[in-house]
Amino acid sequence: MIRFDGATKRYPDGTVAVDELSLEAPSGQITVLVGPSGCGKTTSLRMINRMIEPTSGTIWLDDTDTASLPAHELRRQIGYVIQNAGLFPHRTIVDNVATVPLLLGEDKTKARARAMELIERVGLDPAFAKRYPAQLSGGQQQRVGVARALAADPPVMLMDEPFSAVDPVVREQLQEEFLRLQNDLGKTIVFVTHDIDEAIKLGDQVAVLRVGGKLAQLAAPADLLARPVDAFVAGFVGRDRGYRALGFTGAGTIDTHQEPSVAVGAAYPGHGAGIDGWILAVDADGKPQGWLPTGEEQRGDVVTDAMLYRGGTLAAQGGSLRAVLDACLSSPSGRGVVVDDSGRLVGSVTAREVLDLIEKRG
Amino acid sequence: MLTLLDSASSSPWYFFGYFLDHRATDLGWLWDHTWLSVVPVVVGLLLALPLGWLARRYSWAYPPMMSITGLLYTIPSIALFVLIPPLLGLDPLTPLQVPIALSIYSTSLLVRVVADGLGAVPTETVQAATALGYRPLARFFRVELPIAVPVITAGLRVAVVANVSIVAVAGTIGLDNLGRLFDQGYTLSVTEPYYPPIVLGIVMCVLLALVLDAIVLLVDRALTPWRRAVRSR
Repeated sequence: MIRFDGATKRYPDGTVAVDELSLEAPSGQITVLVGPSGCGKTTSLRMINRMIEPTSGTIWLDDTDTASLPAHELRRQIGYVIQNAGLFPHRTIVDNVATVPLLLGEDKTKARARAMELIERVGLDPAFAKRYPAQLSGGQQQRVGVARALAADPPVMLMDEPFSAVDPVVREQLQEEFLRLQNDLGKTIVFVTHDIDEAIKLGDQVAVLRVGGKLAQLAAPADLLARPVDAFVAGFVGRDRGYRALGFTGAGTIDTHQEPSVAVGAAYPGHGAGIDGWILAVDADGKPQGWLPTGEEQRGDVVTDAMLYRGGTLAAQGGSLRAVLDACLSSPSGRGVVVDDSGRLVGSVTAREVLDLIEKRG
Repeated sequence: MLTLLDSASSSPWYFFGYFLDHRATDLGWLWDHTWLSVVPVVVGLLLALPLGWLARRYSWAYPPMMSITGLLYTIPSIALFVLIPPLLGLDPLTPLQVPIALSIYSTSLLVRVVADGLGAVPTETVQAATALGYRPLARFFRVELPIAVPVITAGLRVAVVANVSIVAVAGTIGLDNLGRLFDQGYTLSVTEPYYPPIVLGIVMCVLLALVLDAIVLLVDRALTPWRRAVRSR
């Protein structure tokens, strides 16, 4: 548990970066600090491991006043992941990861063995161990950064915009893996981002800070979207918060219709085979691949991948209302495709049916 | 016959013969020249490390420090060679005046190099090192300095080669090193030009500079395997 108790950072020129911050980051959970630039989120994070010393107030790490320990000892108990990873360019990946165990006086063989374990754990090929950071991509470096922070198995991790310097596809991948890792490890995490979507996706609780370093609201993501306390928070969480809030509501037992399908490689279907001019194409395993307009002209041709309309997203059975509604809205046929855990076709729903479900709940 | 031999031995290409004729003396001067070139660079580096660190750590110290070191470097070497013994109360012909003067030059050159090398270490890397629990001294020697090595060795190469050239100047005021060869060439050219010692001096200085430069380069390579790995990606 990390607890800010009236923590303030005031610079000699009078600027207040963090103003009387009091909040608690519960053990085993992800607390996200989010806000516009100048809101003091990074300053707050760095006050925890005393890279920045608070002017007044106290920060507690469980029952310990962080000011009571020598700074370097405090820091060795706290994992830290920084934007752009901040790896040591002159050390191999395995030695980068082994840094903190070595600082703590563990022997080299043991520290490296532990580092190898973590390299695999964060999804990197063990062959990378002997390479240097500059030989890795940005996303791979960031994984190494996470492995390095975890190496001494600290109960607490601080993460300062760790995923913001990589491209969106890699970012999403890293976020998913981070959540999976946290599911296994249950660390107490404080995570800083300027991206409200990332905050809502990753946070067990989200602290929105306003410029000048004041806490505006601390809430679970769904509550934040549903009940922003004031205009600032409402503005910050964004316009499409109604839609995004659907991401926190399970679709439950939504009834699906049977959806006719044609296998890729089979004969081109005529009008009678689909519904309203569209038929779903699936692969040999029954996994949806895309939509096909039915038509008499091509009847008898072979269906190929190149003919498919792939615009529609797929919603997992038991997923969120947002995913189901998006599947409907993005589908060229207007019918959202629902699949099971292994990606096979379950059936389809229409946007109207999803909206009815939302209204009934509302 | 005598004229022929004379003209052959005064040809610039006779320098190797001249070397063989005075081998013991010339090798002695080469040795003097070598340590006079190398020791001041080592001293300069040892002084420049803390000074360069200070210039980086306290940003207000950087501009004046760079001005002072720049000024020191512009003092003509011959003036320092002559002034150092009375200023420090040394014997007028002590060989120490050369290494002292050159240490001043090397330090001046290397303070900027060290400061800029440390400045080129990525901020995230320094912050990460702090956050992982390095204490300042360990962070300097195990993170910042190793990463600054390429910049520092580039400066060392300049310093060591410059020293080879400046040491020769001290030969002309009678201090033992390869510069004495130029002095000899000048003395022997009173009636007509006599080139061999001058050419020999140039050749030995250039070879010495090349060898010392190569040694610094090898040290650089040994200290920075990480840079080669990146290039061969």
